[in-house]
Amino acid sequence: MGDWMTVTDPGLSSESKNISQYTSETKMSPSSLYLQKVLCSSIPLSKNVHSFFSAFCTEENIEQSISYLDQELTTFGFPSLYEESKGKETKRELNIVAVLNCMNELLIRQRKNLLAQENVETQNLKLGSDMDHLQSCYAKLKEQLETSRREMIGLQERDRQLQCKNRNLHQLLKNEKDEVQKLQNIIASRATQYNHDMKRKEREYNKLKERLHQLVMNKKDKRIAMEVLNYVGRADGKRGSWRTDKSEARNEDEMYKILLNDYEYRQKQILMENAELKKVLQQMKKEMISLLSPQKQKPIEKADDSTGTGISDVEEDPGELSRESIWDLSCETVREQLTNSIRKQWRILKSHVEKLDNQVSKVHLEGFNDEDVISRQDHEEETEKLELEIQQCKEMIKTQQQLLQVNQQLATTCDDDTTSLLQDCYLLEEKERLKEEWSLFKEQKKNFEKERRSFTEAAIRLGLERKAFEEERASWLKQQFLNMTTFDHQNSENVRLFSAFSGSSDRDNLTVHSRPRQKPYRVSNGSPICTSKLTKSLPASPSTSDFCQTRSCVSEHSSISVLNMTPEETRPNQVGGECANQKWSVASRPASQDGCCSECSWTSTNSHVEKDGLP
Amino acid sequence: MYKRGLVQVWSLEQPEWHCRIDEGSAGLVASCWSPDGRHILNTTEFHLRITVWSLCTKSVSYIKYPKACQQGISFSRDGRYLALAERRDCKDYVSIFVCSDWQLLRHFDTDTQDLAGIEWAPNGCVLAVWDTCLEYKVLLYSLDGRQLAAYCAYEWSLGVKSVAWSPSSQFLAVGSYDGKVRILNHVTWKMLTEFAHPAAISDPRVVVYKEAEKSPRGALGRPACPSFRAAESKYEIAAVPVSLQTLKPAADRANPKIGVGLLAFSPDSYFLATRNDNVPNAVWVWDMQKLRLFVVLEQLGPVRSFQWDPQRPRLAICSGGSKVYLWSPAGCVSVQVPGEGDFQVLSLCWHVTGASLALLSKDHFCLCFLETEDEADGAIGQLGAHT
Repeated sequence: MGDWMTVTDPGLSSESKNISQYTSETKMSPSSLYLQKVLCSSIPLSKNVHSFFSAFCTEENIEQSISYLDQELTTFGFPSLYEESKGKETKRELNIVAVLNCMNELLIRQRKNLLAQENVETQNLKLGSDMDHLQSCYAKLKEQLETSRREMIGLQERDRQLQCKNRNLHQLLKNEKDEVQKLQNIIASRATQYNHDMKRKEREYNKLKERLHQLVMNKKDKRIAMEVLNYVGRADGKRGSWRTDKSEARNEDEMYKILLNDYEYRQKQILMENAELKKVLQQMKKEMISLLSPQKQKPIEKADDSTGTGISDVEEDPGELSRESIWDLSCETVREQLTNSIRKQWRILKSHVEKLDNQVSKVHLEGFNDEDVISRQDHEEETEKLELEIQQCKEMIKTQQQLLQVNQQLATTCDDDTTSLLQDCYLLEEKERLKEEWSLFKEQKKNFEKERRSFTEAAIRLGLERKAFEEERASWLKQQFLNMTTFDHQNSENVRLFSAFSGSSDRDNLTVHSRPRQKPYRVSNGSPICTSKLTKSLPASPSTSDFCQTRSCVSEHSSISVLNMTPEETRPNQVGGECANQKWSVASRPASQDGCCSECSWTSTNSHVEKDGLP
Repeated sequence: MYKRGLVQVWSLEQPEWHCRIDEGSAGLVASCWSPDGRHILNTTEFHLRITVWSLCTKSVSYIKYPKACQQGISFSRDGRYLALAERRDCKDYVSIFVCSDWQLLRHFDTDTQDLAGIEWAPNGCVLAVWDTCLEYKVLLYSLDGRQLAAYCAYEWSLGVKSVAWSPSSQFLAVGSYDGKVRILNHVTWKMLTEFAHPAAISDPRVVVYKEAEKSPRGALGRPACPSFRAAESKYEIAAVPVSLQTLKPAADRANPKIGVGLLAFSPDSYFLATRNDNVPNAVWVWDMQKLRLFVVLEQLGPVRSFQWDPQRPRLAICSGGSKVYLWSPAGCVSVQVPGEGDFQVLSLCWHVTGASLALLSKDHFCLCFLETEDEADGAIGQLGAHT
């Protein structure tokens, strides 16, 4: 920009300062007083804008300034400010259009330059900060490098020291070992030396002992003695025995027996232990097999060697299990088989567990697995089953509840009476039955009363008739007697007989008297017996009793008929106190005489029931 | 009476019966009964010979060349056999005699440098033989003299100090100078496990009982009870971890106080009681079912001896004081021995039935009776004493 120098206008000095304000920052103009002044100035724009703008071009130097501007612009490539001159002499006219265009162009350029300047400035700032940062990093890294170098040197130093120490210690150890070896050698040599010495000394000692022994033996024969008051018996009560070969052999036998017993005992213990351990191992094997068998499907899908052996093992095992008895032997092959099989199973189990572990870890990552599927299926199946069960149970409960409700309803519909009746239904039945029986009984009682009355009347009649008959008989007998006594005294026996007979007839009378009264009374089912007894008693009075017989038979018949009825009636009656008492057994009474027994029984039995009371 | 060479025998049932054996100039070093109680074995001076005196036949037998060692005679539990260690021409032999007629059954040599002890297994079929403490070697021989097994835990160090069989003959406990007990099993004669005796116990499952004085102190700080009567003591349970008192053994003296010196199995083989000599105040009780440490009892003084009750798992301990200590799985108790003066319990011995205990001091002995109120208690009800 040397053009500034050519246009030296004193008036421009102050104004051009302002112009240069805009451009001085980016353009490093050569050193000139003028420019320095301009740079140093710090005049604010607003005050001197007009002065600034007017400083360049004033009223006087318009043409100069225009030509100057035109020169500048054309050198910058702008079109000329002047219009195209027609001639050389005439004054060139200012082309305002060109001026405006140039101004516009200049403004645009000015803007561009400002933008570029801003960009450049920001970039400069950035670069400056980057530079600072890099410089600081560089400084830090340098420091770090320094420190690490120092550390490394320190560590190397330490390492070296430790290695030295190590070497020293190794050396010491070697020395110690050598020393130990040396000492051991010394000890060994000393030991042999001492042993020799000791043996020598011992031999001397033995010699001395021998001599002393001999001397002592010679001396003490008289003095050594044992005084015992009386002998103590032997432990096993036997006498002392001589030492013979037999006893020696016996001792040997005993010794061997003891040893053998001990060995056998120990062997038994060990066998027992072995058997137990084998059992445990076999159990373990079975359990391992059972653990592994549900996973049979998987090994079939996969083609692993380990699982292949697993299948083969499982197939083998049923065959092996059948030979379980062989396990009890303790031979080498069996033992090996057992241990090998257990080892195989254990390996399979281990690999299985490892697989499971891997899968579990995968699950955490992936979230889905074959294992899960299987377990979920099982889970679902189980839940379905449980739900079915629950439903069934619920239905059952419902039905039961319904039934209970029905029952309750039934219970609540009845009245109180009926409920009480229902509750006491059984009692009522019994009560009714009792009532029936009571009525029956009362009827029977009435009947019996009637019969009794009739029988008593009959008896009275009979008695009266009998009296009359007896009177007749007596008169007849008298007549007979009067007739008879004219013949013999020999017939006094007959008299006695007659008296006896009469006595008996009297008895019979009494009995016959009593009989009709007794007849109306009931007899138990033993009535045929009674009748037979009656018939037995009846022949006692053949002549006079015929009448009685017929009468009694008649009465018997009637009584029998009555009697036969009543037992039948009494049979269904099992309730009621009196009915029970009416049962008799005639045979239970002791029978003394034929004639009297039945009557006695009659009387005794009748006294049970009879209210009238017989004599 | 060793000095006079006399042995006097009395009968417990017949007080008039009396027997006197005079060894005369042969001298007497040791004397013991035979298991049938009818013979007395006397060991003469310098272990010249063993004389077997028979009380029933008044006959005498001699056994030559017995070995002078820690435990040279062992009777089998059923009393049938006697095993005797002998040494001829610098070689060790073992002779087995039949006790009924003192016939020699077997005579075999052992593979030991210097046999230190022999012991029958309770089942009477195996004999354990161990070597001198300079060499760790345990040999097992069968009744008929065959060697069944040999066991050596380590070399170049002091070896076996004590050996004990379990009553069931299943275990052989070998205590050695390195402070460990090794348990061998009777089937393979190999080591089952080893029990170490560290001075610091840190296992929380172990119960540690510490004996503590419970003497009430007077205002002036002197014990309230008179000085001639020893103070009462009781057991306290110490919380784990516990460190026990140790003793540093003098390394340049013979018979150093290190290693497991005392071993005893309980009669049911459930427990093993041990004493490690460099922790002299403590008794260690091991559970044989679980094969680990069960209980540690720490006394105030060094433990002198302990013995299990022959009938039940009850351990009686004495430590040279005037108390006897009893431990059972139910608990432990310390009992003062009543008596005038200071009764120093130096050793103890149970009766076969386990109902009484003999406490021995230098020239007195005390008999304890144990009355249990109920079986489940397991502790002493009352104590009776006679001197």
